[in-house]
Amino acid sequence: MRIIRALTVLATLLAGVAVAHAQVSDGVIKIGVLNDQSSLYADLTGQGSVLAARMAVEDFGADKKGMKVEIIFADHQNKPDVGSQVARQWYDADKVDVIVDVPNSGVALAVNQITRDKGKAFLVSGAASSDLTGKACSPNTIHWTYDTWALANGTGNAIVKTGGDTWFFLTADYAFGHALERDVEAVVLKNGGKVLGKVRHPLNNQDFSSFLLQAQASKAKIIGLANAGGDTTNSIKQGAEFGIVRGGQNFAGLLVFITDVHALGLPTAQGLIFTETFYWDMNDRTRAFGKKFAERNRGIHPTMIHAGVYSSVLHYLKAVEALKSDDGTKIIAKMKEMPTDDPLFGKGTIRPDGRKIHPAYLFEVKKPSESKGAWDYYKTRTTIPAEQAFRPVDQGDCPLVKK
Amino acid sequence: MSTVTAKPGAAALPAAELAASRIPAHQVVAFGIMTGLLVVAPFVIYPVFLMKALCFALFACAFNLLIGYVGLLSFGHAAFLGSAGYASAHSAKVWGFPPELAILFGTVVAAVLGIAIGAVTIRSRGIYFANITLAFAQMIFFFSLQAKFTGGEDGIQAVPRGTFLGLLDLRQMYVLYFVVLAIFLLGFLVVYRAIHSPFGQVLKAVRENEPRAVSLGYRAEHYKLIAFVLSATLSGLAGGTKAIVFQLASLTDVHWTMSGEVVLMTLLGGLGTVFGPVVGAFILIALENYLAQLGAWVTIVQGAIFIVCVLTFRRGVVGELGRLLRKPL
Amino acid sequence: MTVFGVPTQALFGQLLIGLINGAFYAMLSLGLSVIFGLLNIINFAHGALYMMGAFVAYFALQWAGLGYWASLVIAPLVVGLVGLVLERTMLKRLYHLDHLYGLLLTFGVALVIQGVFRNEFGSSGLPYVIPAQLQGGYNLGFMFLPVYRAWVIVFSLLICLTTWYVIERTRLGSYLRAATENPALVQAFGINVPRMITLTYGFGVALAALAGVLAAPIYQVNPLMGADLIIVVFAVVVIGGMGSIMGSIVTGFALGVVEGFTKVFYPEASNTVIFVIMAVVLLIRPAGLFGRTA
Repeated sequence: MRIIRALTVLATLLAGVAVAHAQVSDGVIKIGVLNDQSSLYADLTGQGSVLAARMAVEDFGADKKGMKVEIIFADHQNKPDVGSQVARQWYDADKVDVIVDVPNSGVALAVNQITRDKGKAFLVSGAASSDLTGKACSPNTIHWTYDTWALANGTGNAIVKTGGDTWFFLTADYAFGHALERDVEAVVLKNGGKVLGKVRHPLNNQDFSSFLLQAQASKAKIIGLANAGGDTTNSIKQGAEFGIVRGGQNFAGLLVFITDVHALGLPTAQGLIFTETFYWDMNDRTRAFGKKFAERNRGIHPTMIHAGVYSSVLHYLKAVEALKSDDGTKIIAKMKEMPTDDPLFGKGTIRPDGRKIHPAYLFEVKKPSESKGAWDYYKTRTTIPAEQAFRPVDQGDCPLVKK
Repeated sequence: MSTVTAKPGAAALPAAELAASRIPAHQVVAFGIMTGLLVVAPFVIYPVFLMKALCFALFACAFNLLIGYVGLLSFGHAAFLGSAGYASAHSAKVWGFPPELAILFGTVVAAVLGIAIGAVTIRSRGIYFANITLAFAQMIFFFSLQAKFTGGEDGIQAVPRGTFLGLLDLRQMYVLYFVVLAIFLLGFLVVYRAIHSPFGQVLKAVRENEPRAVSLGYRAEHYKLIAFVLSATLSGLAGGTKAIVFQLASLTDVHWTMSGEVVLMTLLGGLGTVFGPVVGAFILIALENYLAQLGAWVTIVQGAIFIVCVLTFRRGVVGELGRLLRKPL
Repeated sequence: MTVFGVPTQALFGQLLIGLINGAFYAMLSLGLSVIFGLLNIINFAHGALYMMGAFVAYFALQWAGLGYWASLVIAPLVVGLVGLVLERTMLKRLYHLDHLYGLLLTFGVALVIQGVFRNEFGSSGLPYVIPAQLQGGYNLGFMFLPVYRAWVIVFSLLICLTTWYVIERTRLGSYLRAATENPALVQAFGINVPRMITLTYGFGVALAALAGVLAAPIYQVNPLMGADLIIVVFAVVVIGGMGSIMGSIVTGFALGVVEGFTKVFYPEASNTVIFVIMAVVLLIRPAGLFGRTA
């Protein structure tokens, strides 16, 4: 009985032939916004990124040009398995052409691989790991807004040069945290500084008291926060409770967004120095975008990640229009060919390793007295020109770059 | 003050109706229907979703062996699913094992873990058994989080699918599906054979009245341990297959909430029924898929199902169906 | 002076932090222990109800302007009421069944509560300010101890010892304990046993909510704050001895200290050390450290 059953199964198996899937190109450009909609990164990406993508499609004038563009979104919950399942389903069954955003480097690396396997396109705005244009670089991926190297270079350099030469790292225990810690440590050591200790905390951690105590005991001048979102704001808030700043130490927020500053409030956040590549209040064009965005986003102004989604989607649509195809690999190649120009990042280029180049800025959080109102939070300390802001193209071990 | 065993007269977990060793006809029919549906399904429904459901169905069947036929609620079964996943993923990606060896390796790892944990925990019962299996599962979770090779929060990614037995290219969707289906059916039949056998009869005797079984000369501990190891091994088979299908092994599969999910699948389908776990797994995976866009609704619905099932629907879908048809399913 | 390479100053600091965390474990496991010891219910919803306590405190502040001190009273009452309803409508029906059904039901309740809150509030934390009277800190030399955290230790010790006293040394407590042993006989004496059981469940839940209010100013008020905590608390109860009040209190504080030390020497293991201890204890003394076998 069972043998017959087994044979039947085997026969069916051997008879199974791969069914050729219909070509995806079906006249609709489908953009999938995949990010954290409900957890610690929800405010700095989340629905705001979906809005940014929509605004890009509107500003591109897709309707007038006769191009049909659809936007869908999903929550990856910061889990690589959820993210990769959504990506798979989107590419296989839902005819999605390009995935954008994806904060959380672990998920981004997974989606990077799947996109490459299926020949689609991936425009990263949220994730930070510089491996995306390094070891894991792919002809189907462009890393847009920022990366750990740019942050380390901007913030690390600036702080060490102004006297912060002993460091203690408080690191989120996953790909991004490790990458950020590694890159900043390299900058610190290169500039003659010393790293007195490190401690790794779980992602989305609630209680930092024990780690802060260790940071205090190390007596390092600077406590580098190699984490993001809720973890950063928690560390800073609990640090205030334990008198870290009063005791003479300073926090270096290695990845801070305007939504974090908003959550902390200026009295707590004032004086924080960090690197970003966009701020809504820099010039007339960014201000116009910022106001339009805030109106449609419950008053929350755009973070650099939202700006990156807008900018990357805009450039993508330009490339699709020029190439008249939605084949992922070809579009990415075309995007690298065309120089970029948008109201948010200005003029820029995309390198062969998939790295988008634009200037970076060292910001300092204003004192409460210096701010004219909500969301007026930053003053610019330095502008780092585009050629210096990112890791040199030959230092990343990217196989796409010919030495 | 507090009792370890149930109060006298307390209704125990549902007893599985074990037929005589001859296989009842209606179960053959049910098996035929199930297989038929699964053979046709991938041409209508997204195959990757089906494969996910099949892996979990196998996991649930393995779990059901322990709770339905031995009466032990393990709250740490994720340890076997996840460890096998990591083992298979690592062996396929780093050591270059072909998929069948990778899955086999994962299964073996789960079996070894099953023996180790089972030997220590099998003496406990009831809530203590649940607690101690949870404790060991947490230790495995911690190990998975810390060990370098598992990749921590990122997991092991880009696991190659390879060629099964050197003949079947698993990168082709349908080929992969039918291989996974074959693995599932194999596991299912192993569980079935274990239950409908002299071994299964002894298990039933042990569950109904352990001292009596012991007095008849059966070494109850041994039988329980064998059932535990079998359950762990088949969970490992599910985990290893899942890693190859999704090309990823991650912390989700060793987290204790995964142990909770398999309990839910089995409860919903019907504790101690043959086909219950399969039905429960499919329903739950379909629900998750359907509700995924709506964020936390998945957790709410899962919780509601738990509550409803425990209060009014203790026999589960297949259990109720069996009662309607008056034949055990 | 150093111990294993760590200066003693740092060690004392971690010890104190450990006691603070231990206070939370003690209060939560106290509630759980009361519920299991007296009612034989395994209350998996305890973590979710703790979270609700913190949220009630948050709402009280946002919507009614009621501060921390009011919340210390309101939150346990509100959540305790929820517990009463839970017991009356659902748990009651499971007493004649295997214990494990109670566990599965409360597990489902926890999922529902956490899911509803997550839907409404996402899972990043909501801010709750430390009350003005408890801000600032003491400079103890070896560390800077925030006033609020010192308050946590003192207050929870107070609550724990009071509860223990009531249950073990007063008449009311003796009724409760008798009712677990032989409900029919106690009922025959004219004591309304079902009502007592319901109220006891509410009380255990209220303890969880109280812990939630204590947690609100220092841990973020977020829907998942109880999710991973619940299995740790279970471990504490099991180690202490299910049903032993003193066992839970002592084990709770002790665990906090053990975790604190682990965070110094091997921080990554701090979440897991409790489970190792639980496994060891269960194998050597299955009834727990302070437990009594049936």
